Amino acid sequence: MKLEDLKKIREKHQKDMILRDGDARVRVVVGMGTSGIAAGARETLRAFLEEIEKRNIADVIVTQAGERGLSSHEPIVTVLEKSKPNIVYGNVTADVARKIVAEHIVNGSPLSDYVLEVSE
Amino acid sequence: MKKRLDVLVCGGAACIASHSQDFKNRLIEVVKDHDLEDEINIIETGCMGPCELGPVMVVYPDGAFYIRLKPEYAQRIVEEHFLKGRPVEEFLWQAPEARKIVEEKRQIPFFEKQHKVVLENCGRIDPENLNEYIGNDGYQALARCLTEMTPDVVIDTVTSSGLRGRGGAGFPTGLKWKLARRSAGDVKYVVCNADEGDPGAFMDRAILEGDPHSVIEGMAISGFAVGASRGFVYVRAEYPLAVRRLRRALEQAREAGLLGESILESDFSFDLEIRIGAGAFVCGEETALMASVEGHRGMPSPKPPYPSEQGLWEKPTVINNVETLANLRHIILKGAEWFAAMGTAKSKGTKVFALSGNVTNTGLVEVPMGITLREIVYDVGGGIPGNKALKAVQTGGPSGGCIPAEHLDTPIDYESLAELGSIMGSGGLIVLDEDNCMVNMAKFFLEFCVEESCGQCSPCRIGLKQMLRVLERITRGEGRLEDLDDLERMAGTIKATSLCGLGQSAPNPVLSTLKYFRDEYEAHIREKRCPALVCTDLITYTILADKCTGCTACARKCPVNAISGEVKKIHVIDQGICIHCGACFEACKFDAIERR
Amino acid sequence: MFHTEAHAPENRHYEQLREFIREQIDKPGPLIQVLHRAQEIFGYLPMEVQDFVAREMNIPHSEVYSVVTFYNFFRTEPIGDHIINVCLGTACHVKGAQLILDALADELDIHVGGTTEDRFFTLSTARCFGACGLAPAMMIDEEVYGKLTVDKARKAIREFRKTTEKK
Ligand SMILES: Cc1cc2nc3c(=O)[nH]c(=O)nc-3n(C[C@H](O)[C@H](O)[C@H](O)COP(=O)(O)O)c2cc1C
Ligand code: FES
Repeated sequence: MKLEDLKKIREKHQKDMILRDGDARVRVVVGMGTSGIAAGARETLRAFLEEIEKRNIADVIVTQAGERGLSSHEPIVTVLEKSKPNIVYGNVTADVARKIVAEHIVNGSPLSDYVLEVSE
Repeated sequence: MKKRLDVLVCGGAACIASHSQDFKNRLIEVVKDHDLEDEINIIETGCMGPCELGPVMVVYPDGAFYIRLKPEYAQRIVEEHFLKGRPVEEFLWQAPEARKIVEEKRQIPFFEKQHKVVLENCGRIDPENLNEYIGNDGYQALARCLTEMTPDVVIDTVTSSGLRGRGGAGFPTGLKWKLARRSAGDVKYVVCNADEGDPGAFMDRAILEGDPHSVIEGMAISGFAVGASRGFVYVRAEYPLAVRRLRRALEQAREAGLLGESILESDFSFDLEIRIGAGAFVCGEETALMASVEGHRGMPSPKPPYPSEQGLWEKPTVINNVETLANLRHIILKGAEWFAAMGTAKSKGTKVFALSGNVTNTGLVEVPMGITLREIVYDVGGGIPGNKALKAVQTGGPSGGCIPAEHLDTPIDYESLAELGSIMGSGGLIVLDEDNCMVNMAKFFLEFCVEESCGQCSPCRIGLKQMLRVLERITRGEGRLEDLDDLERMAGTIKATSLCGLGQSAPNPVLSTLKYFRDEYEAHIREKRCPALVCTDLITYTILADKCTGCTACARKCPVNAISGEVKKIHVIDQGICIHCGACFEACKFDAIERR
Repeated sequence: MFHTEAHAPENRHYEQLREFIREQIDKPGPLIQVLHRAQEIFGYLPMEVQDFVAREMNIPHSEVYSVVTFYNFFRTEPIGDHIINVCLGTACHVKGAQLILDALADELDIHVGGTTEDRFFTLSTARCFGACGLAPAMMIDEEVYGKLTVDKARKAIREFRKTTEKK
């Protein structure tokens, strides 16, 4: 890799371009560190994928990340949407995950009871 | 035949009154225009309920709920949603609180007081995707070092930032590098200490799992600075996920040419290897760690020589902790002044603490040095559950100590913690409340160190064992008051004469609890009583005659048949037989058993 | 005590190990990594395996033995098919890890360090998996279970057995 390549990749993947593929409107980031997994993040991830598939939604991507720190509220999930603040959810069991898909991702109403943090 | 989408347009009276028919007819036209009749099923339903929002429509399978529809919306809904699968947000229903959340619930206090530098990427980026790391300024710091800086300038920058090692001792990182750079020889090594032996600390694991490239980049920077072309990461075997993510990251970095020969077309070549530990706490100590990397028993060796002079295979070696390394890229990119502006006079930057034990919010907390324990426990941590009183905060793991509630307002840095008889250590913070026995805690850490002593030097091997015997005696109620002075004396000798940091610091938990909680020790000795009701041998169970119903539940549970009494008559525990297991206490449904 | 008898090279496990040793032998200080691999292959490190490693690496058996016995992670006794490690680290200790351990010993009817009669589970202890925020914690093979209660721990191992046996 050359210096220019590094620069190019950087520009293409800048923070605000997290929704990299132009097609995606929403990105769901599931915390999959040891704490998350110990609290059931694998089931949460599976629930997101199944629910999105079941509802046949095309413009959502689901990715994994490490942990945000707040172990006691794992599994932790962040929902990123184009030109909206990021919403961090805590205690996202598989059931809550399905609700997030139905209410937040499809209908744009975040689930206030589970919101931990709203950030830019 | 099942169609791709079911579109339910409300045909209830209220919606019809708000012209739902016009919308429906227009929708049918647009669908026809786009040749979608075979794929889309438009159905008129009865009243759906939210009449004041009409006309309404629901699309399945995704479940999108549209409100206040007008005929002119049909075109966009068909083109965006039905064709491309993206619901048209501005026409969708949003719960009234949806917008409010964004305004009101900005942050819970857990996040508010934190200042994320090292943990910035953790939980945000995909650790298995190199591009995301690069998109967050990844490898920019290394690039800057290679293209704009000389090794000496890099060392100067790190020195003037004031960065000190996050692995425990707080040694200035820049100075360590300078010494290694100055050491003679062509072959030098850098090592990342990811052994994280303090049971109760997990920041290094989280960094390796959540942002492995930041550690790789940090190691490359340190390799460039000291003149090493080869490095090792020593990770403990208990962290399989961290090892997997790190492995993956190494492969990607190699593939992208960010590790290997002539990195970014410079003349700097550098590569890394992972070494997996095998479960020995002492291997976190740097000389023991090097012995283990070399494939031997992890026995520490006396210093000097220091690793910076003679380390791995007797070559100059720099050993840094994971968190130390993860700080480097930020210092290079944002500058030494930026870093030095955070923290206290002698401890700069942020520190990640692992908050656990009896506290509401547990987890990793990154705060500027100099914050108080009270802020961490009460503001960030949300206080103690069940309104219990905080007794102490344990810091520094088996090498540290217990800080009592009266010192919660001390700003924490390397120096202030040492003054209080504890250490910063790797940053484990375990909150203890009124239900924790301090003598038991001291015994717990001592047991740990006795098990983990490598056995090489006698003060540590024999001395710690003797101290443990005394503590065991005290927790059994067989202690003598002189024992306390004996403990202090032995502790002093062991600290002064042990070969490595393990023995030199192992008496700390005993010393600090003796200093702040001597009354608890005395209660165990004089009154044969454990005030927190933890030490089983000192707990007495008695049956309260006025509450006992003679149900026999306790007698049936007792494993040693210490309880006698006839059905429906008052039962009695024979204290001579009782083994204090508490089975009767758990079994009694009438609160008739007293625990003291 | 030491087996010197050469092992049949057709033994697939020894072949696997031999290959790994060949890959590693030129790297600096490979012994611990070789022993990790050997334990992965054989489940534990009996004298025969240690001896094999010594011969293949051309080092004294005493050196292999000294390393094996120094590190907690290496086992010289066989274990069951799955290993349960209950964390006894500080955070877990404070949150009652001992009760979890006692309950599992009772559930499986074995002592700590023991293996069930059907060789399915071995019950052991560890010092911190870094899941301290979810204390008390345990690990079954490589999967961590957090926020345990006595009941949750019992249920987890019953379910683990059910789902694993089905496969
Ligand atoms: C008994 C003992 C255990 C240690 N364990 C660790 C550890 O697990 N992780 C770590 O980074 N440093 C540990 N250290 C400190 C290391 O010896 C060394 O100081 C450190 O890795 C240097 O890196 P730093 O300057 O970046 O902190 C330990 C020290 C002692 C005496
Ligand atoms: S102390 Fe048990 S996981 Fe850390």
